[in-house]
Order: sequence, then C-alpha cells, then structure tokens
Amino acid sequence: MDNNEEINSEGCTVPNQDAVDEAISNSDSAIVSEVSVDDRSSPVACHLSEVKIPAESEEGFTSEVDLEERRGFVKFLCIVIGGIVSAVPFGAGIWAYLNPLTREKEGGGDGFIKITTLDAIPANGTPAKFSVIADKEDAWNKFKNISVGAIYLLKEGGKVKALHTVCPHLGCFIDYRSSKNDFFCPCHNSNFKLDGSIVSGVSPRPMDPLKIEIRNKEEVWVKFQNFQPGHDHPIPLS
Amino acid sequence: MKALFNWIDHRTGIRSLTKEALFENIPGGSRWRYVWGSTLTFALFVQFVTGVFLWMGYSASSGDAWESVNYIQNEMTGGWLLRGIHHWMAQAMPILLLLHLMQVLVDGAYKAPREVNFWFGVILLKLVLALSLTGYLLPWDQKGYWATKVATNLANLVPFIGPEIQKLVVGGTDYGHHTLTRFFALHAGVLPALIVLLVVGHIYLFRRHGITPAEPRKKKDAYFWPDQVFKDAVACLAVMATVMFFVIWYHGAHLSSPADPSEPFSAARPDWYFLYLFQFLKLPAFAGNKEVWGAIYIPSMFVGLICLMPFIGKWKVGHFFNVGVMFAFLGGAGALTYLAKHEDVSGSNSAIYLKALLDNERDARRAIELARHQGIETTALNLLKTDPKTQGPKLFAQHCASCHRYDGHDGLAHSLLDAKSLHDLKRRTSSFQRFASSEAIHPDWLARLKGGAKTNDWQTVQAVLSANIEGSYEVIASTKFKEAPSAPDLKGFASRQWIIELLKPEMYISSRFFGGTVHKDGDMYRRFLNRKVIKYNDEEKEMLKLVALALSAEAKLPLQSNIDEADETLIKQGVDHLIDDISCINCHAFQEPDPDVEGPDLTGYGSRQWIIDFVKNPEHEKFYPETNDRMPSFGKKNILTEKEIGLIADWIRDDYYKGSNSSVTN
Repeated sequence: MDNNEEINSEGCTVPNQDAVDEAISNSDSAIVSEVSVDDRSSPVACHLSEVKIPAESEEGFTSEVDLEERRGFVKFLCIVIGGIVSAVPFGAGIWAYLNPLTREKEGGGDGFIKITTLDAIPANGTPAKFSVIADKEDAWNKFKNISVGAIYLLKEGGKVKALHTVCPHLGCFIDYRSSKNDFFCPCHNSNFKLDGSIVSGVSPRPMDPLKIEIRNKEEVWVKFQNFQPGHDHPIPLS
Repeated sequence: MKALFNWIDHRTGIRSLTKEALFENIPGGSRWRYVWGSTLTFALFVQFVTGVFLWMGYSASSGDAWESVNYIQNEMTGGWLLRGIHHWMAQAMPILLLLHLMQVLVDGAYKAPREVNFWFGVILLKLVLALSLTGYLLPWDQKGYWATKVATNLANLVPFIGPEIQKLVVGGTDYGHHTLTRFFALHAGVLPALIVLLVVGHIYLFRRHGITPAEPRKKKDAYFWPDQVFKDAVACLAVMATVMFFVIWYHGAHLSSPADPSEPFSAARPDWYFLYLFQFLKLPAFAGNKEVWGAIYIPSMFVGLICLMPFIGKWKVGHFFNVGVMFAFLGGAGALTYLAKHEDVSGSNSAIYLKALLDNERDARRAIELARHQGIETTALNLLKTDPKTQGPKLFAQHCASCHRYDGHDGLAHSLLDAKSLHDLKRRTSSFQRFASSEAIHPDWLARLKGGAKTNDWQTVQAVLSANIEGSYEVIASTKFKEAPSAPDLKGFASRQWIIELLKPEMYISSRFFGGTVHKDGDMYRRFLNRKVIKYNDEEKEMLKLVALALSAEAKLPLQSNIDEADETLIKQGVDHLIDDISCINCHAFQEPDPDVEGPDLTGYGSRQWIIDFVKNPEHEKFYPETNDRMPSFGKKNILTEKEIGLIADWIRDDYYKGSNSSVTN
C-alpha cells in the first residue's frame, strides 16, 4: 500500500481520492488501483482490479488533448444543465414570492373616511380614540366596513386635530395617559405632547398628523394613511 | 479563493465528501438505465422548493384554502408557474417511481445484500403516494374534496379500529378546518421529513453496496463523475422540460370549483395513478361487505409480496417470478385504468360524467371571475351561492323545468360549439373524441338544426345522426327530458322579441308559450288573438308592435336599458295604444289596480318584483285568481324562499355580473 491508497471501512485497499483526482487530471494513460464491489458477493468481499483511466481511448479519443477537451466539455455541460434545472423551481418560487412588490394597490376615492361627528369629540381638548372603519383588500379577501386602524381626535382651540395612533419609531400603538395628559408609547418609552410633538424618547419624528375635513357642518372626515416608521419625516406607505 | 476553500475544507472535509460522492465506481460504465434514481431525487428537490414557496401563499382552512390557491393560480405574478411545476412534477413522480422500481427489479438490484435498501424504496414509494393523496385535497376544490372523501372513507374499512382511524385522519366526524390542517401538516411536514430521512438512508445503503450493473457489461468500469452525472443531468432536463411543457400548455394546474358538501360532483375521480385501485373496487367480487378485501387486504398482501421479493429472488426462477408479477401488475393496472376511463366516457353513465365535468368547469370559471370582480368577503362558495347566473338555473331545473323550459332545456344545459356539418357532428361523437377532446359530444346529448324555423325541438344527437339531414347544428350538453313542456319557455321572458312572438296567434297556442296550458282556450286567445289580431291590418300590426315595446319596457331589463331609453317616444305611443287603441286594459290592469279584470296585471310586467310576486303566489288577485293552471304558489307554500325566487328572477332577466369580456347586446 503506498501513499495513494487507504483502507476503507470494509477493510479493502482503495485508492485515496487525491490520487484518483490526480490520476484523472494527469492523463489517460495513468493507471490507478481501483475498487469494484462485486454485486453478487457480500459487501466486505472486494477485489482490486487495474483499470486504465479513462477507457474512452477505445472510442476514438486518441490524443490526450481530445480527451481533456471532451471531459472538460462534459463537466461543463453537467454544470450548465444542473444549474438550469435547479434554477427553474427557485425562479418560479422567487417570482411568486416577489408578488407584493409588483402588485398594484387598489385606490379609489379621495382617501377621506368618515370617522365621527364633531359632538363625539370631547370639548375640553382631551384626545379620544376612534376606530377607522373602511373596506379592506387583504390578498384574496375584500372586507367591507371593518376596522383598518385607529386615530386620536382632539379639539384644539376650536379646531379638530387628527393624529395617527401608530408610533413613528417602530410602529407600536401609542397610548393616551390621562394621568399626565400626554401620549406615551409603551414599547420604547417615547412620549409626546397633545399636539403630537416629541417630549422625550427615541421617536425620530412627532406623531403623524392626518388631513382632516369637516363635511356637512358636523361630520369629521380624515384622510387615513399609514407611514413608514423610522424616518424623520412621514413617508406614506404605498 | 483557493485559500478560502482550504479554510472551509479544513473545517468541514467538504472536498473529500464531494470526491466521495463523485468518484463512485460504476461497474460497466455509465448507463442511461441508471438515471431514474437521480431523476426521482431531482423531482423531490423540485417539489420541496416549489412546495415551500407555495406554502408562503397557502392558507389551510376550509374558508380560505380554495381562495388562497385561486389567488396563487390566478392573481399572483408567476403563481401559475409555481403551482404548475408542483402539480405536474407530482404527476411525473409516479412514472419515475415505476421506472426506477422496474429497473431495480429487472436488473436484480433488489437481491441480497440489498434487501433493506429495497424495503426503503418500497416505503419511499408509499410515502410519495401519500404525498399525492394529501396534496390532492389541499386546494379544497370539488375534485379533491369528493375524491379524497372516498379515500378517507376507505379507512373506515380497517378492521376493529376503522372508524377511529377515519376520525383521526379527518380530524372529526366530517370534513372541515382540521381535515385541512392535518392533511397539510402531513403533506408539508411529516411526510417530507420521513422522505428525507429515508432518501438519505436509501442513498447511503446504495453507496454501501454499490450499483448493480446491468449484464452484460458493455464497457469498462468508470466513475460516477462526469459521465453518469451527465446522463443523469440530461434525464433531469428531459423531466423538467416535459413538466414545463404541461405547465405552459395548461397555464399552471387546473383548479375545479370550490368544495361544496351540498353539491355532488359526479366526475370526482382520484388522480390517474390511483384510478386502477378505484376501478378495482368496482369489481363485482368486492360488492357488499367484501369491499375490505379490494381496498385493504389484497393491496396489503401485494405490498407484502413486493417486500418478500428479495427472498424469492434468491432463486433464478424466483427472480423471473418477481419480474413477471410486476409486469402482470403493470398490465393489470394499465387495463383497469383504461377500463375506468373508458367507462367514464363511454359507459352507461358517461353522459352524466361528461356533463358533470362541464358543470364543474362552468362553476369554477364563475367562482374565479366573481372572486376577481367582487372580491371574497366570506368564502368563494358563498359567491357562487348568491350568484343568479349559477343558482338561477339550478333552482329553475329543480322547481320549474317540469313544466317550463329555458330555450328548450332545463336551464342547466351547456351550449357547445356548433357542429358545422353532419360529418362534424358524427366525428365529435366518437369514443376517441370523448377520451381526448374538450369539444366531444355525447350521443345522448341534444342537437337541433341551425337557422331553420325557430323551434325549441331538441333531438338527441343519436336521433339527428339517424335522420341524416345535412346542415349545421346547434348542440347542447343536456339529456332528453322525459316530459314535453307544458308551460311557456322563459328564455328572454318579457323581452321585446318574446312578447312579439307571444302576440302571434299561432305562437301563443304553440308549446313554446301557452299550448300546453288551459290558457290556450282562454279569452286572450279566443277573444283577442284569434278574433282580432288575426285580422289586423298593417297599421294595427304596427300598433301591436309598439304595445310589445311598451310592455317590454315595463320589465326594465338590463339588457334592453339602452334601447328602451332610445325608444322613449315609441314606448309612450305604445302605452297609449295599450290603453286606448288595442285596449289591453279591457282584460288587464295597467298602471292602476283594477279588481274587475281577469288577466294578469301588466304594471311592471316582467320586472324583478313582478316575477317574484307572481312566483310567490300566481293565484293572487293581481295574476290568475281564477284561471291559474297548475302553477304552485312557491312562496305562499314555502317551497322557495324569497331570496331563491329572486335568484331565479335575476337569472331569467339576465341581471347579474356578466364577466369582463361580455358585451351587452340587444
């Protein structure tokens, strides 16, 4: 047994893979020891046979260059075909997975949603939370009149102000603390004044104001939209 | 780069592992017949990849499964491709499994010392079939729902614990959310995990024993890499190309209409590779309580025999026996599959089977169309249940078609492509066409000459072919009705054309209108049509036509809204004629109640409310208090709800969503 051989688990002497590799890359005339397992015998019975690698010289590939070229080409084809057939399922999957990026969002109307009436907002300036009820498209479902979010409405010097309940930091739901009469995000302790401006904490921008319209003298309509978290100015999600 | 490889290799031994994998010795050199194991591994890989991506869009609940699969198939970009690959690769796998199994058997690769590996293979085969079975249900469509019901009901036959097994498999006594969650967990979790474990064991054992060369060895030994790898790769490419051909041809995979426990699907069949078992169970030998033999005992014994094959194969004659048994099985299964298919398209129930396919296709398309147009607020099935176009004909066929007709049929017929000639009709009726073509016509279906006098006389295709009259034919998928119609044909009810035809004396007493009722002897015919109209001069005929326009306008049919608006002046004239010149109001109330007249109230004639009121109670004083002829009071007697009557009315009035491609015609 020389350096190019090793003993396998069945106690047979077999060429080690480095030797085999080297033999293949060297030339067609290399002779290596090789194991073949006789299918009709027990798994531990094996014999050594000498095989000229490769055997293609009998098929018309006489020169070393021809053989190398053919081998290289076959290996190249293996990789190309293997790559193509493996890419197909991944390609189809990724194409479908990317659907959310390409799907157009259904728009309609001016975006204003009727929230409540003026009388429902506390006159003393305390903010009140209101659900936003709208139609919602959720993948295959199209729901009518369901809660799609919430907003705070407060009266501020005769005017009505609308603030989003979602924290501009990372999207937690902002509470109104009646004890301190301020807004407070319970996740990362940002707190805001009633006008939405930052008092302290990690929020990158004040609470997001929403456009508001009073229609028919008493109806409060708000343009409800969500914004990307983490920026210092509100960027609508689309 | 090399340094990086060395670094990784030093820590993982990847280089020697790769070499181990690639430099497997193949006695006798690479052969095409060795490719099947690799193609199967490749198919599993494709199924795992596409399956995981499908998982990202699938929702396993009975209210969302069809909806999410429809969304993948019809709304998501590339979803059809993804689902198509998964579906068609699943179709390819049984074929690849069979080829692999046959190669192993013929080449004797199952014999000692490879018994355990052979058993691994048999278990893998079973697991892949279990994947197919569980996957078939997941879209929750009619096809999968009813076919899988049969399979899970078979579990009931297992001795002693059958009902308990069934309950566990189904997740309760009946199909529902838990059937899907359980099937999905099996399909995407348990079975793939078992398959991975067994495939690893299978390949390990295969490598341990080496390949079994097919004798005689034509070439000298060679390594797995690159020659055999190349053959394997080409085979995988061929499999993928075949799969892609079907994916593109069918634009993904078929999705039948949403599962509906109240709507039987006569064409529900297991997937084609289970069809032989389905047919096997139909053999008379397994009738009654002997079914357990066909469903469980015999298949189990056969699998037992396969597992014993390595021992039987020790003897040369045993090997021939094994191979013979498998070929006999293949022949038998092939024959049973053919018989199953043949019975479906040519057997005594073939007209029902083929029509059920068309019915389901219609519902499926409609559900997809409505889901896209209206969106799904509850379930897609609910969209169908509240859709006049879908439910109207079903209710009409059940409650009205024993007397009325709709274009000569019961409302549920499908208009097929016209037969251009007698020869065309004959060609499309052949058994071969019924096997292979979507334009096929069953001989029991109905046809009528096109362009001739407008009658509603449909004849069976068989009768038309025997009559041998050349011409182009209209064809519908519907079987002949036992009884002749005895009440008006309601296709186009209250439309201008319908009323104009009605007011022709000879038509009024024809079977298309009131020929089968007592009204043929009533005042309308005797005192008006047959006494006055029959003698009308041209001017009066023109007046009568305007009356028809005016009466039809009362219906406010959506299909006529444009022309009704355009003909406003003519309609006003028609109203005047109706009241004064033609004097319909002598017998009918119009625009105001008139308790002294006998004929039906013409105010709002043919409108939605008029039809609903009429169907609810035709004996109401507004309609036929004295002369109602056999028509039941559907609402008064609670035979139909107002909602159901509304669905029929909307359908007859063509008042429903038409689909994006439909154009409104006059």
